Amino acid sequence: MRYESVVQVRGLVKRYGSKTAVDGLDLDVRAGTVTAVLGPNGAGKTTTVETCEGYRRPDAGTVRVLGLDPVADAARLRPRVGVMLQSGGVYSGARAEEMLRHMARLHAHPLDVDALIERLGLGSCGRTSYRRLSGGQQQRLALAMAVVGRPELVFLDEPTAGLDPQARRATWELVRELRADGVTTVLTTHFMDEAEQLADQVAIIDAGRVIAQGSPEELCRGGAENTLRFTGRPGLDLGALLTALPDGTAAAELSPGVYRVSGTIDPQLLATVTSWCAQAGVMPDALSVERHTLEDVFLELTGKELRS
Amino acid sequence: MSGGTEKASGGTGTSGGAGTGTGAFAPRPGAAPVGRMIAAQAALETRMLLRNGEQLLLTVVIPTLLLVLFSTVDIVDTGSGEPVDFLAPGVLALAVMSTAFTGQAIATGFERRYGVLKRLGASPLPRWGLMTAKTLAVLVTEVLQVLLLAAIALALGWSPHGNPLAVLLLLGLGTAAFSGLGLLMAGTLRAEATLAAANLVFLLLLVGGGVIVPLEKFPGGVRAVLELLPISALSDGLREVLRQGAALPLGALAVLAVWAVLSLGAAARFFRWE
Repeated sequence: MRYESVVQVRGLVKRYGSKTAVDGLDLDVRAGTVTAVLGPNGAGKTTTVETCEGYRRPDAGTVRVLGLDPVADAARLRPRVGVMLQSGGVYSGARAEEMLRHMARLHAHPLDVDALIERLGLGSCGRTSYRRLSGGQQQRLALAMAVVGRPELVFLDEPTAGLDPQARRATWELVRELRADGVTTVLTTHFMDEAEQLADQVAIIDAGRVIAQGSPEELCRGGAENTLRFTGRPGLDLGALLTALPDGTAAAELSPGVYRVSGTIDPQLLATVTSWCAQAGVMPDALSVERHTLEDVFLELTGKELRS
Repeated sequence: MSGGTEKASGGTGTSGGAGTGTGAFAPRPGAAPVGRMIAAQAALETRMLLRNGEQLLLTVVIPTLLLVLFSTVDIVDTGSGEPVDFLAPGVLALAVMSTAFTGQAIATGFERRYGVLKRLGASPLPRWGLMTAKTLAVLVTEVLQVLLLAAIALALGWSPHGNPLAVLLLLGLGTAAFSGLGLLMAGTLRAEATLAAANLVFLLLLVGGGVIVPLEKFPGGVRAVLELLPISALSDGLREVLRQGAALPLGALAVLAVWAVLSLGAAARFFRWE
């Protein structure tokens, strides 16, 4: 393969007036993978993706897409790259099928439009004008428009925002199929589960910078380990517990009566905790083992909740 | 075109993918031939123009009503001769303005607002191709308008004179001048502002541009200014040819040419795609 790195961003800076939207961002996307750019609203996700799409000129840094400059080589890149904008992009008076057929006509070897309409469940609204489509239908049409030209690389900006769970799963299924067929996908999202479900690589960005990058598994291992929580009487002496626990395990009272043990939570450790509780005469209410999620990673890295 | 072919083999592409794809989405990128892209875009733009009810009001209903009403009812003194001989050239000029300026400004303004121009900017269609397609759509609409209005005028007793080539030249330059103004407005103002301003300008130029009211009705100083407007140059130029049989109305053509160069130059310089 000629370019291992399909998208390569180095030290990208983009400012709007006095506001710095992207502040020294690096990103690598390998061919044939799904990369999720994950972050809260305003983190710089869209600016980053739109710079890769050639809409924005970097104030500093370099961007290479399929080995080309998205601005200078735009004419050569456009046929090869599929784009789904965060919203809009369709004539308000155009019918869904009409618009998709039109996008197909702009390409040399487009997908079969009828099959794509069927695939994305747009058959019932093919004759409906864009402004009368529901938000979810508009999203699916935009997705169809991004892939109809059989691109090598697609950029999907929040492809499932505003979708109901069923439509969301259908979109995930399509992204998996793209991947299986060798299409490289870069998507932005602020849904943790979306990144965990779909992505080979996740780039967590906040305030215009990548603060963590890796596979979902790597990211979840990289932070704190899994945790075990329980509630009990406030002010328990954790000394004996800490002695009994293996090295590298921590225990703390987070707030009065709420205890957290973090480390490698295995059956042995669980037994240690419960036998300590039995000795101390404590009933561990609300005992739960929590797998470390991207949500936790994000919270630890930024101190912020990742919600829209 | 210049599309990559390294992964273009049919069948299942599996580079990096763990699953086995059906091959339905296997990459096979490439732009359609540019002529075909422009033809498709022009056809779509024309359908959008003709499908829009408010646009049809401006481009078809108002010119038709004005032509019929003012030709048959003696409201405005149009000077000697048949009223329709005065009105038909003015209404043709109005038709050009309604499509190339008002209609195009409003449509393009909202396309910009709804991200249509942005999305098409990521498609294989080059920007010059999009502008060519828009111009073709305007010309197709104008041909339909001219055919309709000329037929109505002829039925009302219109007897046109002059050189058809001079008429085409005037209509072409007028279209260029009004397109430049319409695109300048659409590419710089908010869509709502464009909607309001384009309608207001349409109304003002309808009254003060020699379309139905002869410029001789205005005081001398005002008239001198009004004569420099593109709508006045187009309607009076068409009138010189179609009513008086002038060979080539150089003054009107010069005014339109200056407007075309200035407005298209400004639109090219200041147009914002997002």
